[in-house]
Amino acid sequence: MEGSSELKISGKAIIFGDNVNTDIIIPGRYLTSLDPNELAKHAMEGLDPDFTRKAQGGAIIVAGRNFGCGSSREQAPLALKYAEVKCVIAESFARIFYRNAINISLPPLECSGVLSQVHDGNILLVDLAEGEIVNQTKNRTIHATRLPEFILDIIKDGGLIEHLKKRMRGMR
Amino acid sequence: MNIAEKILALASGRDEASPDEIVEAKVDVAMANEITGPLAIEAFQKIGIEKVWNNQHIVMILDHQVPAESIKSAVLHKIMREFAREQRIKKLYDIGFGGVCHQIMPEKGHVRPGELIVGADSHTCTYGAFGSFATGIGSTEMAAVFATGEIWLRVPHTIKMDINGTFQRFVTPKDLILSIIGQIGADGAIYKAIEFTGPTIENMSIGGRMTLCNMTVEMGAKTGIINPDEATLAYVKSRTDKPFKMLKSDPDAVYEKTLEIDVSGLEPKVACPHSVDNVKPASEIGDVNIDQAFIGSCTNGRLEDLQLAAEFIKGRKVKDGVRLLITPASQEVYLQALEHGLLEIFVKAGAYICNPTCGACFGGHMGILAPGETCVSSSNRNFIGRMGSPDAKVYLASPATVAASAIAGRIIDPRELWRDPAN
Repeated sequence: MEGSSELKISGKAIIFGDNVNTDIIIPGRYLTSLDPNELAKHAMEGLDPDFTRKAQGGAIIVAGRNFGCGSSREQAPLALKYAEVKCVIAESFARIFYRNAINISLPPLECSGVLSQVHDGNILLVDLAEGEIVNQTKNRTIHATRLPEFILDIIKDGGLIEHLKKRMRGMR
Repeated sequence: MNIAEKILALASGRDEASPDEIVEAKVDVAMANEITGPLAIEAFQKIGIEKVWNNQHIVMILDHQVPAESIKSAVLHKIMREFAREQRIKKLYDIGFGGVCHQIMPEKGHVRPGELIVGADSHTCTYGAFGSFATGIGSTEMAAVFATGEIWLRVPHTIKMDINGTFQRFVTPKDLILSIIGQIGADGAIYKAIEFTGPTIENMSIGGRMTLCNMTVEMGAKTGIINPDEATLAYVKSRTDKPFKMLKSDPDAVYEKTLEIDVSGLEPKVACPHSVDNVKPASEIGDVNIDQAFIGSCTNGRLEDLQLAAEFIKGRKVKDGVRLLITPASQEVYLQALEHGLLEIFVKAGAYICNPTCGACFGGHMGILAPGETCVSSSNRNFIGRMGSPDAKVYLASPATVAASAIAGRIIDPRELWRDPAN
């Protein structure tokens, strides 16, 4: 399937609980920086000062309900993305974070009961097109809510801006 | 259809809109501030088109870090001003002419019933108080709106909250919304709209309605919304000449569920650290000494909030060891407070008056907390690190509770101060 390679992601799981808010993901006092690498240095520091070191080399955040609640700051998914987070899997998402993540091509996957099936450091293989997560450490397959086609298209294109450019080229 | 569905149907050129449908909607007004705007501008420039879809429909507001407290903030402000100039966006509210974005938008006539408004700020849902469908979006999405004037939205399911009864003295809409959030939880309304109805809402001031809608995002809601009435009409017509449609929910509109809430027995409430849904009666939180008290923000920084605070502060002194910061939400509110003699009352009591800004509420500047400090705040979020150090604590309450607590030096039920002649 064309483009499917970008839709397969692997990484080690980093676990968080419910209601992880955007002030925790990236505090307001850092938002004056426009450099995503600078933002990434402070990602999650209020919850885990060691987070950026742990995420190096590719991580998948696995969290509980209402991930990314709070402010509309797109710097939150951006900080995670530049901290080498490849995908966020949660029981549910706050809607603005969810859209922001899609728009910058950091795939958010909703998966009911995921916290009981993944432990910190487990190696996960995510197939976005199928909505399937393989926990390689535990040799177990978990079914997530598959992203709708039009959202997969935005992620495949590398985010909303690239997607829009492609659409506008098509219209000309 | 309910009001949210009607507005989305109108915006997307349909006869009807039902929950879970995805609509391509035309945006009436788009707003960005200097925290989200520069990223949106950067993304817009990457699209490769020269002009925004409509420069009359974009509003830009400098509010979070004003006046610039650092070179980085000054650069963000400059990016906003240059973009506005280049795109001929006339509605840029600069320092001295604006204030907190969610106060400025209605105050300057950019919020009208029946319209679809998107803002690159989560508290954009505040404008539902005027019968518009308003919701927060991120920067890249805002860039796409700048380019196309359109956005995809999923039509939300709506929870109706039917509010009855009369508030006791010194119990406010803030206590009501904290109580609701405490009941349904920080994720109790994810993706949904909340429609507030009932006699209590009909009798509620515009400011109180804004406080309710403002905090619906703290339950995960897409928006809070109130059917427009005579009070809405009077406010909006005094601020804009533009025509608008008074869309309202049909009597047979469908809701996911309806909650009946009576405010008659409601007490002053406090959201305790570190979650907005960790709500307790102010009278039951025990001895919580405070270092800072903050009155301001898009939730509670309006004239009526300052008037309420002044009832507790007049003729008294802020407790030794407590800093009381008061930030009027806009230049207009600042001037009203001045004309009503409130600023004099505050200054004489030892309160510190700050310029209109989001500063302290989001931990940007003007009142950042040190490790181990405790703040009681009239704002909307008490997340870890929200107002400064991750080791500080933030309690959320009404302006009455914050003002009374600043006098007492600890968090109290404001009625306690009123009853106690020694204070």
